[in-house]
Amino acid sequence: MKARYRRFAWIGLGLAAVGIAVALVLSAFRSNLVFFFTPSQVVAHEVPQSRPFRVGGLVEAGSLRRDPGSLTVHFLVTDTAKTIPVTYTGLLPDLFKEGKGVVAQGRMGPDGAFHATEVLAKHDENYMPPEAKSAIEQAQRGPESMPSLHEAQAR
Amino acid sequence: MIPELGHFALIVALLVAIVQGVVPMIGAARRDSALMAVAVPAARAQFALVALAFGCLAWSFVTSDFSVQNVAVNSNSHLPLQYRFAATWGSHEGSLLLWALMLGGWGFAVSVFSRNLPQVLRARVLAVMGLVAIGFLLFMLAASDPFLRLVPVPPEGRDLNALLQDPGMVVHPPMLYMGYVGFSVAFAFAIAALIGGKLDASWARWSRPWTTVAWSFLTIGIALGSIWSYYTLGWGGWWFWDPVENASFMPWLAGTALIHSLAVTEKRGAFRSWTVLLAILAFSLSLIGTFLVRSGVLTSVHAFATDPARGTFILGFLAIVIGGSLTLYAFRAGAVGAGGDFAPVSRESMLLGNNILLVIALASVLLGTLYPLFIDALKLGKISVGPPYFDSVFYPLMAPMIFLMGVGPIASWRKARIPDLWTRLRWAAYVAAATGVLAPFAMGRWKPLVALGLLLAAWVAAATASALLQRLRAAPQRGIVAKMRANSPAWYGMLLAHLGVAAFIVGVTLVKGYEVERDVRLDVGQGVEVGGDTYTFRGIVPQAGPNYDALVGTVEVTREGRHVATLKPQKRTYRASGEVMTEASIQSGILGDHYVSLGEPVTAQGTSGAWAVRIYVKPFVDWIWFGCLLMALGGFTAIADRRYRLALRHKFAGVLGAAARGAT
Repeated sequence: MKARYRRFAWIGLGLAAVGIAVALVLSAFRSNLVFFFTPSQVVAHEVPQSRPFRVGGLVEAGSLRRDPGSLTVHFLVTDTAKTIPVTYTGLLPDLFKEGKGVVAQGRMGPDGAFHATEVLAKHDENYMPPEAKSAIEQAQRGPESMPSLHEAQAR
Repeated sequence: MIPELGHFALIVALLVAIVQGVVPMIGAARRDSALMAVAVPAARAQFALVALAFGCLAWSFVTSDFSVQNVAVNSNSHLPLQYRFAATWGSHEGSLLLWALMLGGWGFAVSVFSRNLPQVLRARVLAVMGLVAIGFLLFMLAASDPFLRLVPVPPEGRDLNALLQDPGMVVHPPMLYMGYVGFSVAFAFAIAALIGGKLDASWARWSRPWTTVAWSFLTIGIALGSIWSYYTLGWGGWWFWDPVENASFMPWLAGTALIHSLAVTEKRGAFRSWTVLLAILAFSLSLIGTFLVRSGVLTSVHAFATDPARGTFILGFLAIVIGGSLTLYAFRAGAVGAGGDFAPVSRESMLLGNNILLVIALASVLLGTLYPLFIDALKLGKISVGPPYFDSVFYPLMAPMIFLMGVGPIASWRKARIPDLWTRLRWAAYVAAATGVLAPFAMGRWKPLVALGLLLAAWVAAATASALLQRLRAAPQRGIVAKMRANSPAWYGMLLAHLGVAAFIVGVTLVKGYEVERDVRLDVGQGVEVGGDTYTFRGIVPQAGPNYDALVGTVEVTREGRHVATLKPQKRTYRASGEVMTEASIQSGILGDHYVSLGEPVTAQGTSGAWAVRIYVKPFVDWIWFGCLLMALGGFTAIADRRYRLALRHKFAGVLGAAARGAT
């Protein structure tokens, strides 16, 4: 009998550990999931105001502007339907180019521009970030064809 | 001709693998010695054939034979020799061939070093490895032929992805694959034991060194990948929780749990079915990793395949291997039997705790890696799970495990007494507490997380040192050398690996706690102070490399007027592809790195004007990889243990004894 109780104790401990882990995972998920939105969704005010998110599309040709004397850049990101202004301070990745795909992470600023904390462009010149690609496809198909998680939750 | 020879060798290798997978298995079931004996020559022939195929592909790359599509797409005649060779595994097809080569190599090694194994077990282990090889060879021949010819023959190849033109490409994939594929041996042992229903301490003793070696290679492979991304991507990070990194880290976690669980199975006969499950898990995760990286499900620099047929094949293969082995497990795990009993405070219980924590950590990484894929597949939108998730889940799980790491090696098997443990670990606890409280001040600013990290590192190091000292003091031999020899290499290996973990924690803690990252705009001659050093930009000079044109910047680092380092970060443009690559320049030291990389020119004067420059100060970052190296060295030390060869000697002594009796 003793060995059996002990086994139950072990199983109980194991379950407790799993429970703690699940709690950790859930709380980490809640605060660290980053959702992706298209420029059209940003323009339509479907984006969260209080937490960071990702936006993707093409860097509009001819839109890149540098602030003199600092590392701040301004550019426009488009999904071919709508366009939003993005501001970023720092080094741009090697493959950041006008007319190419880009994904930026950050939040909306009070000035109506997207303030990026991170700009991602991947290492292949023919490669389009999947988020950017789907943003453009979605814009071309019309906004209703592919519900985002955000919309799914709202329903 | 050479590519056709390679292709033909692959076909024959597949046929041999079928023989290797089927015949010995039947032989083992019927206890037919002649059929079982097929395993060894078949495994060796399979290795030779795959090696031949690999050699043919490497030859095509080295000689720039652009009639082979794979070569034309992934190489270029101006590519330096070492990268033409490394380009062999720079493509999806080539990396699969490397997989198959490693698998053949491990099979060959098993066939050589398994003479003391019972014939049935040996036949089954090699047969299982043959079955795995069938999957990979079939996949290559059916859906990713590395030798496909191209008509018309292009005059020049496209080029290897600029990112892969790095010494890291020469060493990182082979090491990583050695580890990944090495778990196939542990897997084969587990499956063989399930089929045979015999899983005892000697089984664990046979399977242990293979697992430890595979784990050591995987450790080195992951560390090399981490170093590579640190200096190449120009972001100065050593780990990004990128899905591809996670794909290699998950088998490592399972493997770490497995080597600890094997220790219990060998010493105490306990955890048997758990050990078998972990062996299946470790190899399954290697396969899942391959699937994630190679099928194009993940989009990153590692994913060069986006052919859905391939993804489907790998998925099917995965389902057969994982599903099949788990089914076998479900039916046979009962036959394997439970082991010895143990008290709630004992070495077994500590190792069990370590296993539970490792597996939970593994599950949380798996969830974070796959969740975005599921959400995407279900068309619920696109999300990303970033490093903050992994950081906030992983570190709290690792802290108790690191605490156990100090206690476990000192606790006795079966039952340990807490007062004893306290007496033996008292000093380690004092040292750890003192380090946690005081050491952060030495770095300048006291931070609670740094204190915790250093406390844990000091705890592991001090507990490991006390374990060593107490063993040496207790040894009856006289003289330090004799005392040292009284302990087994396996035990020293364990100590070394645990010290490696301590060094690793020091690196992670200090780099996270005190790193400085600054993006600045620098005119020629302008300086900026970062972390107490002055970085002065001296301008840009063009310089031609073998297959690229570089812009080389000069940044002088000084501290209070004294010269510290001259860094030469580069911006390269590869001629064949036009790809642009940033090469950071790093001055490494025990106390930390000075790291500088170039952004782009930010004024209208272009390259001769001001540049955006990224400056990082990374305290103690090299300790991270030094720690990994110690862990791997610990693994290699452990397998030098004589008890793994003892059975062989017993047999030999038996033969000698019989011969001696015959002579008299």
